Amino acid sequence: MRQISYREALHEVLDYELQINPDVFLLGEDIGPLGGAFGVTTGLWQKYGNERVRNTPLSEIAIVGAATGAASVGMRPVAEIMFCDFLFVAGDQLINQTAKMRYMFGDQCQLPLVIRTVIGAGQSAAAQHSQSLEGLLAHIPGFKSVIPSTPYDAKGLLKTAIEDNNPVLFYEHKSLYNMKGEVPEEMYSIPFGVADVKRKGKDVTVIATAEMVHKSLRVADRLQKEGIDVEIIDPRTLVPLDMDTIINSVKKTHKAVVVHEAHLSYGPGAEIVARLADEAFDYLDAPLKRVGAKDVPIPMAPHLESFVIPQEEDIYKAIKSVVD
Amino acid sequence: MTGKDEDNQLFLEAYRKMVKIRIFETRVLYLFLQNLIRGPVHLYIGEEAVAVGVCSALRKDDYITSTHRGHGHCIAKGGDVRRMMAELLGKKTGYCKGKGGSMHITDLSIGILGANGIVGAGTPIAVGAGYALKLKKSDQIVTCFFGDAAANQGSVHEAMNMAAIWDLPVLFVCENNLYGISTGLREVTRVTDLAKRAEGYGFPGITVDGNNFFEVYETTREMVERVRSGRGPVLLEAKTYRHEGHDIGDPCVYRTKEEVEEWKRKDPIPRMEKELQYRKVLNQSEISMIRTQIEQEVDEAVEFAFASPEPAKDEVLSDLLMREG
Repeated sequence: MRQISYREALHEVLDYELQINPDVFLLGEDIGPLGGAFGVTTGLWQKYGNERVRNTPLSEIAIVGAATGAASVGMRPVAEIMFCDFLFVAGDQLINQTAKMRYMFGDQCQLPLVIRTVIGAGQSAAAQHSQSLEGLLAHIPGFKSVIPSTPYDAKGLLKTAIEDNNPVLFYEHKSLYNMKGEVPEEMYSIPFGVADVKRKGKDVTVIATAEMVHKSLRVADRLQKEGIDVEIIDPRTLVPLDMDTIINSVKKTHKAVVVHEAHLSYGPGAEIVARLADEAFDYLDAPLKRVGAKDVPIPMAPHLESFVIPQEEDIYKAIKSVVD
Repeated sequence: MTGKDEDNQLFLEAYRKMVKIRIFETRVLYLFLQNLIRGPVHLYIGEEAVAVGVCSALRKDDYITSTHRGHGHCIAKGGDVRRMMAELLGKKTGYCKGKGGSMHITDLSIGILGANGIVGAGTPIAVGAGYALKLKKSDQIVTCFFGDAAANQGSVHEAMNMAAIWDLPVLFVCENNLYGISTGLREVTRVTDLAKRAEGYGFPGITVDGNNFFEVYETTREMVERVRSGRGPVLLEAKTYRHEGHDIGDPCVYRTKEEVEEWKRKDPIPRMEKELQYRKVLNQSEISMIRTQIEQEVDEAVEFAFASPEPAKDEVLSDLLMREG
């Protein structure tokens, strides 16, 4: 099968949807002639014009608000927020408007909108351009949250996101944009709430998201040589969360480690281990472990940044601690 | 009918709506003080000419966004007082099935894209709806109500700028009632004629007497024509006053009795009655008849609301996300 990048996979879906669905339009900062800060919309402005690929002022409140308003009258906007660090400039729109309108108005509207945004460190972009904030809005009822780790998943999940009639938050990891992988030419959808087993194993379950999936896969290869067989599960969507796949794995391995780039405290891992403690306690033979970013802002200096962000060594140690 | 008859018909309908808002809100106040309505309630009493003057110049299929002081907008746009009252009482038959209450009473089916508990937050939503209408090449427009206090929110700035640069069909209506809760407008902004801000965004802004139905209506009509023709947004500032406090229970320590009395002398409803009588559209006995009819309609709304079932507890989990799709 052909290989394309995570960026190209996302681009293909946006291009396809703009082509087939007149209700779809894009809006965001620098998504026009420039093609977005990370190049995902390259060429789309030239192809579809100003109205359907709308370069906006630096106005996150109005970007999210306008996407919400347009969705409420039947459009299917796909907004881009350049870095997830900027999402909370539009905090009120997200938390008090987008997430609540359908419920608060008693099912009078549907809001089919997608907010694509960028997470992740690794580029010395420092405290305000490096965060992984996917856990924050997962706390607010009213959104679906998607976090793809491969080009194949990125394509199928973005397709589903645009087809969904609810507000969807779509987190793209900046270190993955250039990653290549097998992606079919044709369009396909990956349902939300279905985790993917990225590696089969029998000794320990690792639940990982975004770039941490790939770090965990490399650690698993290393541990294989030591005779430890690691199963790696990527939930792919945090909301809805596929606990069945995770619990079925734990029934087999009796051990679990959650790995994410979000901060450790109150991160998505806390939710997953809490649910495991609640729903799979009887199957567990070891303490549940979490690996996440240290609880400090992301520093710029490369050696400090890599110290804060989970590295393969951190994942290795966490797995060893539950296996030994 | 001649053009003049049509106008008179519209004025009569507008008058009925203003009276309906006044009587509805007065009843809400009564029920609240009897502890039958819960939660914060912001009454529209005194500002009726703004919502009705503006909405009378709109088409049925035009959209509006409303505010925390939204009952007047809902009635002016054609909302059903039975479902409004049921919502205020938290009933299953309410507009939001009891999940929204006073600050979120809304009827999407008549083009109200939400009433909002967050000051200023409706403005970017109105802009998005306006953008959708532009993409659809529709000649509908969006009217965005907000207050003087909202004018200092960043959301309003972003929304106005965005509407301007894309020539969106949005009519911004600033209901300037001089106070944000307890804080006077002079304390929070240098330029108290808020219509002047429009110039900074590059579209027209006009200030009207918000207690004069005819002035609000005529000006809105001209503005709507401009907005509908694709020439971009407009800001209408309507100077008005709320007779009651910010919400029910507000001690109003921040304003004088004299000030309130002065504004009550400018009450939009008697002013409209006087004008309609002068134009021979309405006489005193018709005024009494209209009031009686509307009192009855509000009585029925209250009866409907009380007779309606409570929402079932298991409904609390529904309406969040669409299951399909």
